[in-house]
Amino acid sequence: MNTFVLKLIAQRIALGLLLLLAVSVLIFVGTQLLPGDVAQSILGQSATPEAVANLRRELGLDQPAWLRYFDWLGGILQGDLGTALSNRQDIGSSLWGRVGNTLFLAFWTAIVAVPLAILLGLVAVRYQNRWPDRAISGTTLTAISLPEFFIGYLLIYLFAVKFNWFPSVSTVHSGMSLGERLHAIALPAATLTLVILAHMLRMTRAAILNVMQSPYIETAELKGLGTFRIIARHAFPNAIAPVVNVVMLNLAFLIVGVVVVEVIFVYPGMGQYLIDHVSKRDVPVVQAVGLIFAAVYIGLNMLADIIAIVTNPRLRHPK
Amino acid sequence: MADTLLDIRNLTIEATTYPPGEAPQDITIVNGVSLTLERGKVLGLIGESGAGKSTIGLSPAGYGRGGIRLSGEVWVNGRDILQGSPKELRQLRGKAVCYVAQSAAAAFNPAQTLMEQVIETTLLHGLATRKAAEARAVELFKQLGLPDPEHFGSRYPHQVSGGQLQRAMTAMALCPEPDLIIFDEPTTALDVTTQIDVLAAIKHAIKTTGVGALYITHDLAVVAQVADDILVLRHGEKVEMGSAAQIIESPQQPYTQALVSVRSIEHAPKPPTGNPLLTVDNVSAAYSNSKGNVLEGISMSLCAGQTLAIVGESGSGKSTLARAITGLLPPNQGQFLFDGQPLPKTLGARNKDTLRELQMIYQMADVAMNPRHTVETIIGRPLTFYFGLKGKARRKRVIELLEEIELGEGFIDRYPAELSGGQKQRVCIARALAAKPKLIICDEVTSALDPLVADGILKLLLRLQAKENVAYLFITHDLATVKAIADSIAVMYKGEVVRYGSRETVLSPPFDDYTQQLLASVPQMKLGWLEEALETRAN
Repeated sequence: MNTFVLKLIAQRIALGLLLLLAVSVLIFVGTQLLPGDVAQSILGQSATPEAVANLRRELGLDQPAWLRYFDWLGGILQGDLGTALSNRQDIGSSLWGRVGNTLFLAFWTAIVAVPLAILLGLVAVRYQNRWPDRAISGTTLTAISLPEFFIGYLLIYLFAVKFNWFPSVSTVHSGMSLGERLHAIALPAATLTLVILAHMLRMTRAAILNVMQSPYIETAELKGLGTFRIIARHAFPNAIAPVVNVVMLNLAFLIVGVVVVEVIFVYPGMGQYLIDHVSKRDVPVVQAVGLIFAAVYIGLNMLADIIAIVTNPRLRHPK
Repeated sequence: MADTLLDIRNLTIEATTYPPGEAPQDITIVNGVSLTLERGKVLGLIGESGAGKSTIGLSPAGYGRGGIRLSGEVWVNGRDILQGSPKELRQLRGKAVCYVAQSAAAAFNPAQTLMEQVIETTLLHGLATRKAAEARAVELFKQLGLPDPEHFGSRYPHQVSGGQLQRAMTAMALCPEPDLIIFDEPTTALDVTTQIDVLAAIKHAIKTTGVGALYITHDLAVVAQVADDILVLRHGEKVEMGSAAQIIESPQQPYTQALVSVRSIEHAPKPPTGNPLLTVDNVSAAYSNSKGNVLEGISMSLCAGQTLAIVGESGSGKSTLARAITGLLPPNQGQFLFDGQPLPKTLGARNKDTLRELQMIYQMADVAMNPRHTVETIIGRPLTFYFGLKGKARRKRVIELLEEIELGEGFIDRYPAELSGGQKQRVCIARALAAKPKLIICDEVTSALDPLVADGILKLLLRLQAKENVAYLFITHDLATVKAIADSIAVMYKGEVVRYGSRETVLSPPFDDYTQQLLASVPQMKLGWLEEALETRAN
């Protein structure tokens, strides 16, 4: 590792933080622009103007917006996500457990889906335009074309109702062992895998096929190397950057896009929590969850950039 | 014969092409070629592009690019490899038969160290332990004159120069101790002063290891230095085969005679007359991302209707000078005078007439034309833009221009893809001519062409110059071209002009060191030139 690469990485991280700050402003301004008044909606249409004014003062809504923004941001930097309006509970204490659940599901899905997608991508390249390639492409395309709620219910019907292998409701709680948890999330994880597999696989296939046109692949063929060795040793290392980008986008989807799947399997994750509070117009919760989603997106894309920098021999070993 | 290494009998190679909008066609790339190569000898395959020399050259590896079909017999070490299974072919490749590509820069995997790639086949075929293979690689690096051979292998391809990569690729081919190496234009992409070193290293390595080699090139002078025998190919057929001495000194076939005597152009240089058309006055320029100037204090001048050749190797700044003159890269010091008037530095500040009077022709004719435009549109664009010609008047003028460049009316509705390399370059010349310019900047316009075709282009340029009184700023790395057409010459090296004057003065002694080296590095069509040149240089 050299200073040039470290400088590039530091730049990426600084940019990521700056972007996150900008997004926090956007989220705050966005929620301010929503029509209606929080105090009014809590108290209902029949509340007296005095009661509304009292509640506004109590919630700090009479302060100017920029002051409330810095209050909010300062709180978040100290780990305080604020108080939910609907049930007057601390958002942090109810949210962190759910974030943990969502990450748990995302992690195990990724553990299965990412290697599987890359491996299938390599196989598809190895047997390009022959039946394994067509079968892989066909199946995964079908999976991505079906809506996730359909796949979810299909899996529930088959594996929960017919064969009774896995539970249809993925309840997890603190008293469960790792094995029990994994058993509980098998079906949502499988659903999510089917949803994200095709995208990553097709990108892997396309990126490697692109590299396969390079003269150094011909060199490798003329060295008498086997096709799979050529793909794995000579093509794949040069296709990492585009593949990592797609993988990271899909990982981000696993965290911010799982709402539907969480609802189907009644999984106590972040998405379910967000839906509950959006319907109650609970602005602090929406802000907190929005910021976490943004942080996940920015963080993962930053990671993709850093991996692309670190795996680029031209940057790692300058002249 | 017991010591026959390679025996190709009646090799025919076919491919199917898929022309747009037409039925697939079978074409014959190589038609019934036979050759033999004895162990430890070098056979040169020579011909123009499309002669089938690379295709034949790759056949001993059982390899065909882009789904071509090989028929006939290719015997390597007493076995017909065209009958071999894919597994047997893999056993052959990288073990008995190795390959050195034209562009080593592209042929090395950018993500692995050179050592890893050099010893890969040796390890794969189980020929030696990693330690022994690495020791051999270092030995080969030393033999091929690579700097710091002990640590050379730990570098990545982008960290070493083009000439070094070409030698590293030769080391990679030699490492598994093969019986046969295929050299596919190994020095074509290099500067002449680099070429001579790589050529010497390759020749030395062949002699000391006793490996047999097929040496593919379009440059007869180069192949004459390394080959024992030469096979001349044209349109996929054998023209003539004989010892190197016989081919160079007494060629039998008219085609071979033409190849040997190429550069037959006679052009008497003209002395400068009248006021200069273009004056370059102490110009310096830099790219925004580079440290220091790419051009440093350049001064020269060019008279109307004459040719100023700018010679230099890659990185000498000759193309940057062209960019500065055309206004694409405004200089940070100095100025250009055009017809006595200062040229505005940036392209945007120039008026239409200035733009019209200064045209450009590029090295890569096929990327300098829109593939979806017909010849009429390509040549007609400047006619409409500068002169407002439209419809029938424009078409008439395009036909006139096509006749000027010796193509004629029949080409007017063609697309660039339907033209040969030489024809494309002619269309580019016509496009430049259409603007009625006073100066045309020719940037390596013949470098991508076969010698005989390039000759035709040069003759055309000279004829047009005599007729239209247009001046050429002719940028090239090829001294033979310079000798053929220049009135005055500027030699550039690392962003500076090291020698400038009339053709006579520049090409006559006493020379400065760089010009001396440059002139001595140009391959000459005679046996033993390489040894002579190396000896002269050593003294």
